[in-house]
Amino acid sequence: MGIVKTKDLTYEYVRRDEEGNVEGFTTAVDQVSLDIRKGEFVAILGHNGSGKSTLAKHFNVILNPTEGTVWVDGMNTSEQERVWDIRQRAGMVFQNPDNQIIGQVVEEDVGFGPENMGIPTKEIWERVEESLKAVGMYEYRKHSPNKLSGGQKQRVSIAGVLAMHPKCIVLDEPTAMLDPSGRREVIRAVRGLNDVEGITVILITHYMEEIIHADRVFVMDSGKIAMEGTPREIFSQVERLKELRLDVPQVTLLAYELQKKGVRLPDGILTARELADALAEMR
Amino acid sequence: MSIILDHISYVYGEDGPMAVKALDDVCLQIPDGQFVGIIGHTGSGKSTLVQHMNGLLKATSGHIYFNGEDIYDRDFEMKKLRSKVGLVFQYPEHQLFEIDVFSDVCFGPKNLGLDKKEAELRAFDALRKVGLPMELYYQSPFELSGGQKRRAAIAGVLAMAPEMLILDEPTAGLDPKGRDEILHQIKQLQTQTNMTILLVSHSMEDVAEYVDRIVVMNKGKVMYDDVPKKVFSHYKELEEVGLAAPQVTYILHELRERGFRVDVNATTIEEAAEAVLQALKNDGK
Amino acid sequence: MLRDITLGQYYQTESVVHRLDPRVKLGGTLLFIISLFLFRNFLGYGVAVVFLGVVIGLSHVPFRYIVKGMRAILFLLLITVFFNLFLTPGTELVSFWKLTITVEGLRMAVNIAVRLTMLIIGSSIMTLTTTPNNLTDGMEKMMKPLKLFRVPVHEVAMIMSIALRFIPILLEETDKIMKAQIARGADFETGNIVKRARALVPLLVPLFISAFRRANDLAMAMEARCYRGGEGRTKMKPLVYQKRDRIGYLCILCYLAVGITVGRLTLF
Repeated sequence: MGIVKTKDLTYEYVRRDEEGNVEGFTTAVDQVSLDIRKGEFVAILGHNGSGKSTLAKHFNVILNPTEGTVWVDGMNTSEQERVWDIRQRAGMVFQNPDNQIIGQVVEEDVGFGPENMGIPTKEIWERVEESLKAVGMYEYRKHSPNKLSGGQKQRVSIAGVLAMHPKCIVLDEPTAMLDPSGRREVIRAVRGLNDVEGITVILITHYMEEIIHADRVFVMDSGKIAMEGTPREIFSQVERLKELRLDVPQVTLLAYELQKKGVRLPDGILTARELADALAEMR
Repeated sequence: MSIILDHISYVYGEDGPMAVKALDDVCLQIPDGQFVGIIGHTGSGKSTLVQHMNGLLKATSGHIYFNGEDIYDRDFEMKKLRSKVGLVFQYPEHQLFEIDVFSDVCFGPKNLGLDKKEAELRAFDALRKVGLPMELYYQSPFELSGGQKRRAAIAGVLAMAPEMLILDEPTAGLDPKGRDEILHQIKQLQTQTNMTILLVSHSMEDVAEYVDRIVVMNKGKVMYDDVPKKVFSHYKELEEVGLAAPQVTYILHELRERGFRVDVNATTIEEAAEAVLQALKNDGK
Repeated sequence: MLRDITLGQYYQTESVVHRLDPRVKLGGTLLFIISLFLFRNFLGYGVAVVFLGVVIGLSHVPFRYIVKGMRAILFLLLITVFFNLFLTPGTELVSFWKLTITVEGLRMAVNIAVRLTMLIIGSSIMTLTTTPNNLTDGMEKMMKPLKLFRVPVHEVAMIMSIALRFIPILLEETDKIMKAQIARGADFETGNIVKRARALVPLLVPLFISAFRRANDLAMAMEARCYRGGEGRTKMKPLVYQKRDRIGYLCILCYLAVGITVGRLTLF
């Protein structure tokens, strides 16, 4: 069994009108089954409202499934007494950088998780130091989070999760509120964790450029998994992605346009170099 | 309707120990009906710049002329300026407060002192222009989806019937389709009404196909001010200040380096595809 | 405007006062304030001024910075002095127009002014040299005995520290929403009090919504990081008394002893 596994996961919530009467049910996640292996870098794509964030919140027991089962590192998330173990194994980073930093000094924030877990003081300091170094924020350890850029704040949040020594990190649209350079910083840090530390990464996003390096991509639509495959397999289906309110990187789109105009290029080109190589080969 | 910024500088926390020069000797002229993109990364001064244009911030030094009138003159009516220059802030949906969308959009025109009927007419018109479905007009703004909220908030500014509309990162946080829809709607607005539009963004890619002109801000200064093609030709310098030209520019330059005789000036995918096809044809000869 | 209030905002620098255990500073401030109200003559104030001066000197916080912070409450101080000066009955000293100054009034006014000024400077020295987090830690530990009476000491401290963290964020947000509404023609500055109060609705509604959203997000983020109250929690920066803290306590006791002995002598 993988590090995160779901079987027929369904999540429904009740819609109410202004008087509080039940109007109906909305199925945010619909019969999702997936199995994520240890050490994988998985991206979950989808437009706003596709259910991707709702799905992710199950991995950290913030939500419990209406139907179906979720296992994290072999533990069933419906077992109440294991909640804290699960939350320690699968850490979570959220979208808004301001709303998840608790400490008033960077290092204190990173120490928050280990403090909650009852780790001895000396070890907390070691963990804080190594986590901040892993995301390249060690020199900011004495700073106030309010003075940091968005990308830096998100890296602090990642360090905060890292200090809990999780096996898996779930990032719920960590870059949605950042500018391009902040986005690059965060993605670089996340890839580092996956490559160097071997931590399983589940990245939820709607930016296509961020998933190029993923091992596997799931695309969600109306609570279901609409597509699954490697980035190349996904990107080769330009029309299907557009239907799902997503786009593809400009290189892929250009290659696709050229294909339409009769240039015989391979499917799913991801980088400028690949395109140049393919075109050069035709000469 | 034109705005001229004449040697504008702005210093934050002027008398404190941490004074920061957010704008440094900025000169700009925005003529009637133009669609301008203002690009810069966070902290480049782009948001500070646009807040000067409707008098929300007052320059430390320099002058701003609105239709030839100095807006810092004592007898200049700031309220009039604010009705003529509409400013849509980043995440504008955070300013919604009324019980339904329609009343919220009426807030602006009512503040202008218009009577109820006129205000409502304007609100209808504005909501139609942003393409919000009619059945949502009387819903609570807080029950709308992210993209719909954003439209409602933009309508709130449009209802003031401004001659110039400034949008600060109107696509932040939207998904790709939502982003395209909003940008498309803004472009449509500009062509239909000939409104002057300033679009603040940190993404060249997003604005490249829509704008007539790009102003690049860096460290409080205007770095480039030209048509998109010309600005993107400085892609290496842009890179150095943490910005990037659209990806197509890089692709075309990569091809050029590989020996393709390709025109590198394309800014959109369609143009780039044409350029590559042309290059392939040239090669064949 | 709101950001101009520097009264007691942490001033970052290196000093022995900064390094003192927050409990020493909290206790010391409390005792200092009490001592101010025990003095019967001006000699006591002299001792207090010397003590305060030494602490300020040791703290490396520029005196000018402290005085600048005082400006915000100068008005309050003046009003208090004014009322005491003119409204205390007693032996007439001078009288002009409709106002009379009495001997008792003068004494009272001077007393109040000195006490208030020193009280404010004294307590702002504490907040200037202690990070809010450190302060809440200190309070939590000092109030621990109250746990026996089922006072949720840890929770109160956590609430305080979160509030402190979010104040600058909410101030910035207020500024932004205000500007956005001004751009829509809102007017926060003119009109009578009713009109002004009504003008605040477009500011307060979005602000509250945002605050609730943030609170919700934060609660989720805290749970995700295994927060489950104070039970079983360890500390990254536990408070342990050092040699300098014991010396600190000793200094405060010395001050009290000297101050009260001198200050309670009846000279005139």
